Amino acid sequence: MTHRIDQTFAARKAKGQAAFVAYMMAGDPDRAASQAFLNALPEAGVDIIELGIPFTDPMADGPVIEDAGIRARKSGTTLSVVLEMAAEFRTANDTTPIIVMGYANPLHHMGYTKFASAAKAAGVDGAIIVDLPPEEDSELRAAFETHDLALIRLATPTTDAHRLPQVVAGTKGFVYYVSMTGITGDSFAQAGSITEQVTRVREAANLPVVVGFGVKTPERAREVAKDADGVVVGTAIVKTLYQDGPEAALALIRTLAEATHSS
Amino acid sequence: MGNHSETNRAFPDENGRFGDFGGRYVAETLMPPILELEKAYEEAKADPAFQEELDYFMTHYVGRPSPLYFAERLTEAAGGAKIYFKRDELNHTGAHKINNCMGQLLLAKRMGKKRIIAETGAGQHGVATATVAARLGMECIVYMGAVDIVRQKPNVFRMRLLGAEVRAVHSGTATLKDAMNEALRDWVTNVGETFYCIGTVAGPHPYPAMVRDFQAVIGREAKQQILKAEGRLPDAAVACIGGGSNAMGLFHEFVPHKEVRLIGVEAAGKGVKSGLHAASLTGGSPGILHGNRTYLLQDEHGQIADAHSISAGLDYPGIGPEHSYLHDIGRAEYVSATDDEALHWFQECARLEGILPALEPSHALPRTVDFAEELGKDGLIIMNMCGRGDKDVFTIADALGEHISEGTEG
Repeated sequence: MTHRIDQTFAARKAKGQAAFVAYMMAGDPDRAASQAFLNALPEAGVDIIELGIPFTDPMADGPVIEDAGIRARKSGTTLSVVLEMAAEFRTANDTTPIIVMGYANPLHHMGYTKFASAAKAAGVDGAIIVDLPPEEDSELRAAFETHDLALIRLATPTTDAHRLPQVVAGTKGFVYYVSMTGITGDSFAQAGSITEQVTRVREAANLPVVVGFGVKTPERAREVAKDADGVVVGTAIVKTLYQDGPEAALALIRTLAEATHSS
Repeated sequence: MGNHSETNRAFPDENGRFGDFGGRYVAETLMPPILELEKAYEEAKADPAFQEELDYFMTHYVGRPSPLYFAERLTEAAGGAKIYFKRDELNHTGAHKINNCMGQLLLAKRMGKKRIIAETGAGQHGVATATVAARLGMECIVYMGAVDIVRQKPNVFRMRLLGAEVRAVHSGTATLKDAMNEALRDWVTNVGETFYCIGTVAGPHPYPAMVRDFQAVIGREAKQQILKAEGRLPDAAVACIGGGSNAMGLFHEFVPHKEVRLIGVEAAGKGVKSGLHAASLTGGSPGILHGNRTYLLQDEHGQIADAHSISAGLDYPGIGPEHSYLHDIGRAEYVSATDDEALHWFQECARLEGILPALEPSHALPRTVDFAEELGKDGLIIMNMCGRGDKDVFTIADALGEHISEGTEG
């Protein structure tokens, strides 16, 4: 439901704050641990959850998220399991939006209509499908509109002024601005250039703009939050969870969320 | 030349679709560059100066036209239709791959791109890319699965000699599909200055059409040559298929000629029923991977399944979208051959014809022989001998249980 997304941004905006968006890979390292971690995110300060769908060939991801996907698949995390996790989360939380994020093939294989209906039933609010650019997402978008789900598009540094209106047309909830050309987990290469970019995307979309790719530290999150309506951290969380466990990852999330909210 | 019929021209449509297949399933970052590439390619295609330059290199550097050769002793052994080989293994670098690389890198030059990236499986596309990049003075980076690096050592060294940097890919299955993932990651990171030279008729539009067009020289020549030699079109055109570029190259000219059966041979590995194979059309279902919708090997949850083939060049879980289309409309027939069959006919071809075929076209041999028998003495078949087998001698020795030294440490 875009309702939860809209309310989340409105609530943060009312306080003059940006929203903190955390990415995690569903099922990494296994279903039970991953479910517990997911359930703990809102209390650690996460406003919006991006729940990763593992895929064998994650072409836009770096090694940290690719490896997390391998662990998740080994533990039996299918697309249906991802939705089951969302549904279980919803039994205790009806306010924090969940956006599933991944690649087209598992959804295509399930069938877009069936997926949309199952996602809605599971309490999912939207999806980001990396390899469905505007040219290829009409089928999924139609299924999403039937169920009032947000299909969130990505804008990137290569999305020029000519293309931007096409990218933002029909997107709901928010626009995800990929702040650099590259894959997840790369270092932030274009610091300083985002004010102009975020403004450009926000004006075209008339929706909140969240910024992801390359944000790893509270310092950077604070900086990005000055311009963006939301800040996404993924790789740093996934890496800490794997290397140091859930307590350390939740501690990192608290500092990132505080930094984002304090800006 | 260039007398393409309207039927040939009908696909893909403006969205890069061959029926339900193809398209542009890429991250937004790559959409502007693939649209730019499409525009540049359309302009180049219409520019006589570009075609002239390409023709010059195809003649004097690649060594085209390649012969159409009557495989007399194989024909005798098969005991049926006359079998002709289209000798694309005689091209510079020993495979059909250079036809496409020559075209794409001249296009890169025209676009002002000096950094070339490529993926490779058997190494033939990597060698061809490295070769043309050297000739045109371009930087070249080739992504190759770590498993393939081991089984295609001679080609790895060849690429390095040609000045290319070979980057090993350890992720996933460490084969061709993972090399392609890594090349896409490179492209999305270094998007401005980089030209991605895809080696087969797959990937996002315009690659499937563009690579087919550059490879279509195979079928154009073969048609003229068979008309000259036999006074008629063949009954069948046969080629092996991984991604399917040599097959599309041979088929394209014959697609409008309905009397010519088009037969693609996929790699059945240890047998399609064993689950250890690379036969996407025979044993797969439609899905989305590497920028296009096509037949894929995948599990019941839409995860990509591992492909298995003794041939690194066929070891890919997908197939070019135009093949999926030709399959679904029934214009082309797709069959398969196992590792063992390929090994057997590799040896037969060596002894009968004095030609060491690559492991890839070795898969086409057993089905060619079957069809020769089926068609009988009046029949006529062209098989694309798309690569030479020198690169495979270590793999073959290994499979045959023989130990041969590579001259350096094992």
